[in-house]
Amino acid sequence: MSYKTLGFFHSIKKTGWAVPAIAVLIGACSTPACRSSSRVKASGDRKPAPDFSLKDADGKTVQLSDYRGKVVLLNFWATWCGPCKIEIPWFIDFEREHKDQGFAVVGISMDEDGWQAVRPFISEAGINYRVLLGNDSISQLYGGVEALPTTFLIDRDGRIASVHEGLVSKGTYEHDLEQLFQGASGARASGVPVVVARAN
Amino acid sequence: MLTAAAPQKVTARRNQVVEARASFQLPGGYHVNSNTPNEDYLIPLRLKWEQGPLVTVEVVYPKPEQRNYSFSTKPVSVFTGSFQIVTKFKVAANAPPGPGVVVGKVHYQACSEDTCYRPATLEIPLTYEIH
Repeated sequence: MSYKTLGFFHSIKKTGWAVPAIAVLIGACSTPACRSSSRVKASGDRKPAPDFSLKDADGKTVQLSDYRGKVVLLNFWATWCGPCKIEIPWFIDFEREHKDQGFAVVGISMDEDGWQAVRPFISEAGINYRVLLGNDSISQLYGGVEALPTTFLIDRDGRIASVHEGLVSKGTYEHDLEQLFQGASGARASGVPVVVARAN
Repeated sequence: MLTAAAPQKVTARRNQVVEARASFQLPGGYHVNSNTPNEDYLIPLRLKWEQGPLVTVEVVYPKPEQRNYSFSTKPVSVFTGSFQIVTKFKVAANAPPGPGVVVGKVHYQACSEDTCYRPATLEIPLTYEIH
């Protein structure tokens, strides 16, 4: 698949000093094989996923809490991010295969050029899941997302079950999702209330 | 991610052409797109100097490496490790004599094999003295 038509010119908006700190944080485990060893957190160790309100490509306001009761794969990405483009076809597959199981992929683009850059990409890549336009606020809300891709897997109770920073294998996601589908279905059957934390 | 050493102080007369050499460093395993990336979607490295008595004539980037990465079907044009960018300035004919500082902004986007970082801007100061 070619993305050559997706020209992209960035304005100067950021200074570079937050990046080294992130690099140090991930430096101890910087290979896909290493990071793919992370596993879904035990239910009691999960923290609420901060709620947010962002626009989708149609201008509709979307909140994470709209997805309450679903397993959500929340992927931070950008059109200029090569590793992100490896994962996107997997996410398209996941959305198609699992959307009837109470599952949704939500992409958050961190493109500074906004929809002008993102809309053509969505069309050309055949993205079948909802994409929202991110900003610095949501980046901070989720711990200062500077490295892409970064993906949060959120359980049906709106809690972060696992985080993957950088490219990991498709099998890692499949493994995590399988656990969440199994674990969360029990919670729903038992009538555990679904709560998604709200950002201030 | 990208760090820079400020260029050496430039001393020049009005109308003289001078060079400033800025040195950059990336940690092992990381790259930045060169000033001429092979794909339209990639963000090129750019050095721009603010306007002042030193007028930019030309920015000379190093020859990029062509490297293969798992996320690209063709080689990616990158800078890695240590590299230098040379800027040729002409001192303006009406430049006021004395010392000063001009700031260059390097806009870049860095990646490793499996992770990319949001575009960032690094400022480099160049001190000068005009006689």
